[in-house]
Amino acid sequence: MGQVIRAEGLRKRFGETQALDGVDLEVAQGTVLGVLGPNGAGKTTAVRMLATLLRPDEGRAEICGFDVVREATRVRALIGLTGQYASLDEELTGRENLVMIGRLLDLPRAEARARAAGLLERFRLSDAANRAVKTFSGGMRRRLDIAASMINRPRVVFLDEPTTGLDPRARGEVWETIQELVRDGATVLLTTQYLEEADALADRIAVFDHGRVIADGTPAQLKARAGRQTLVVRASEVFRTEQLAAIVAELTGERPDVRAETGLVTAPVTDPGVLRAVVQRLDETDLVAAEVALRLPSLDEVFLSLTGHTTSTQTASEAAAAQQQLEGSVR
Amino acid sequence: MTTTTMAGTVADVLPPTRISARRTVRHSLTLAWRNIAQLRHSPEKLLDVTLMPLVFLTLFLYVFGGAVAGNTHAYLQQLLPGLVAQMAMFSTMGLGTALNEDLRKGVFDRFRSLPIARSAPLVGTVLGDTVRFLTVMVILTAAGTAMGFRFGSDPLRVLAGFGLVYVFYLAFSWISVMVGLLAPSPETVQGLAFLFVMPLTFGSSVFVADTSTMPGWLEAWTKVNPVSHLTDSLRALLVGGPVGNHVWFTLAWAIGIVTVTFPIAMVMYKRRA
Repeated sequence: MGQVIRAEGLRKRFGETQALDGVDLEVAQGTVLGVLGPNGAGKTTAVRMLATLLRPDEGRAEICGFDVVREATRVRALIGLTGQYASLDEELTGRENLVMIGRLLDLPRAEARARAAGLLERFRLSDAANRAVKTFSGGMRRRLDIAASMINRPRVVFLDEPTTGLDPRARGEVWETIQELVRDGATVLLTTQYLEEADALADRIAVFDHGRVIADGTPAQLKARAGRQTLVVRASEVFRTEQLAAIVAELTGERPDVRAETGLVTAPVTDPGVLRAVVQRLDETDLVAAEVALRLPSLDEVFLSLTGHTTSTQTASEAAAAQQQLEGSVR
Repeated sequence: MTTTTMAGTVADVLPPTRISARRTVRHSLTLAWRNIAQLRHSPEKLLDVTLMPLVFLTLFLYVFGGAVAGNTHAYLQQLLPGLVAQMAMFSTMGLGTALNEDLRKGVFDRFRSLPIARSAPLVGTVLGDTVRFLTVMVILTAAGTAMGFRFGSDPLRVLAGFGLVYVFYLAFSWISVMVGLLAPSPETVQGLAFLFVMPLTFGSSVFVADTSTMPGWLEAWTKVNPVSHLTDSLRALLVGGPVGNHVWFTLAWAIGIVTVTFPIAMVMYKRRA
């Protein structure tokens, strides 16, 4: 069927801010696009536009061939949206929320109830189904929110930062949920601030910065462009740190960064095979490691290598806030 | 969820581009049910509309009764229809505040992303608020009757009277909706709503059937004020006497209010997306 989501030259301005500055996107059926970027990069604006909540100033977008502005009602029947903040009625129970949405989608009452029960079961929310949503934990809310987006059995699912603010366990549960959606054949567009998340879930990644797509490709291509991973090793006996650093230096060909306080030895690596060589050498020299890992570059590191600057919108506003605080305290 | 539905062609599920009137009504009723379900979970939200009629009835009856009509019993016969009109309007004031708060929450994003009419969430909220209206009416009538109020006309006319208040109440709700959508924060909604409700309900024949003692400008205002027409209609329908043109004036005002406020409310709602 080809491209299910297609956007060309999307632009949107809010007052002084150019939120989107010419965004093109294409997502093939049954695949996951991860939209990666810092706060204020335009991720949410793009999702709201594709989900018919916001009109573009310029450009156009289609979902399954239907224009998001002219054929918004048709598009709405084909999509499911999970916003950054739970799009649920906090006062109603989980079940009531799902039944209400089913009824709004013209399902007969019995069918709406059955579908709600099925989704609650599937998203492991049956036990809490009759409690008000305001008593739900962050992870449960997010899962219910995703369940609510599934009632119309959408072809395209938009997930706006589905795991932001969740603890690692809840994050893992949401990941599983998303992977299930994909197995069912849905096309997914998800936004995230974590490269790790995009890497785990997405087939392709588009990196947003200042309302533009600055890089796009498979996770592997992006990681290659984003440069190197980091080898992290720590000896269980701190006095052997120097010996460890020498091994790392020899195998990576880089001068490792050694933290005397923690005994942490880190070095950039290009060849992930180094990890095995390091482990082998440690074994041979009878050096016991307390920690051995290859770490993916963080969003900051990806940005640094793609743009030459760090996640600047964030740092600029943080700097401004810090400046204001400073001025305030001086007065 | 099965993979077979996912694999179906788009044409199988293709909905019409326009939402029919029948579906809009059904969606609005579903969303009205949402408000009612909320009240079922937290009935304390009805506390204000439960106490308000009691406080107003007691205060106005015993403060003004003797002075205005010679005794409280005679005053109750003209005060109760007036309070029915005033309390109906007061009960719309919570609507704007609730809507203003609701719009900040994610649930309206959900409604916007569903294939339903844009107006359904607003119409549903207005219809769902009928519970508050009914609470006010039942308590006011029960308390009034306990204090000695007697309906002086036949049941059909009484029913027509309450039907008329309900129609005007629904129309007036859209002023509250409009204010709720215009106001920047829930706190400002209350203040703005008071600006509408106070001159309308107090500058009327609600508390005094005889407005001839008022200064000319105020009397002129009470003559055009829809609340006066509503009150005078109610006095005739609930207590007895000639209805005159008051019912028609009231209905004309109701239509006029909706004609002006509904489109403004819809534009504001779309703009706040």
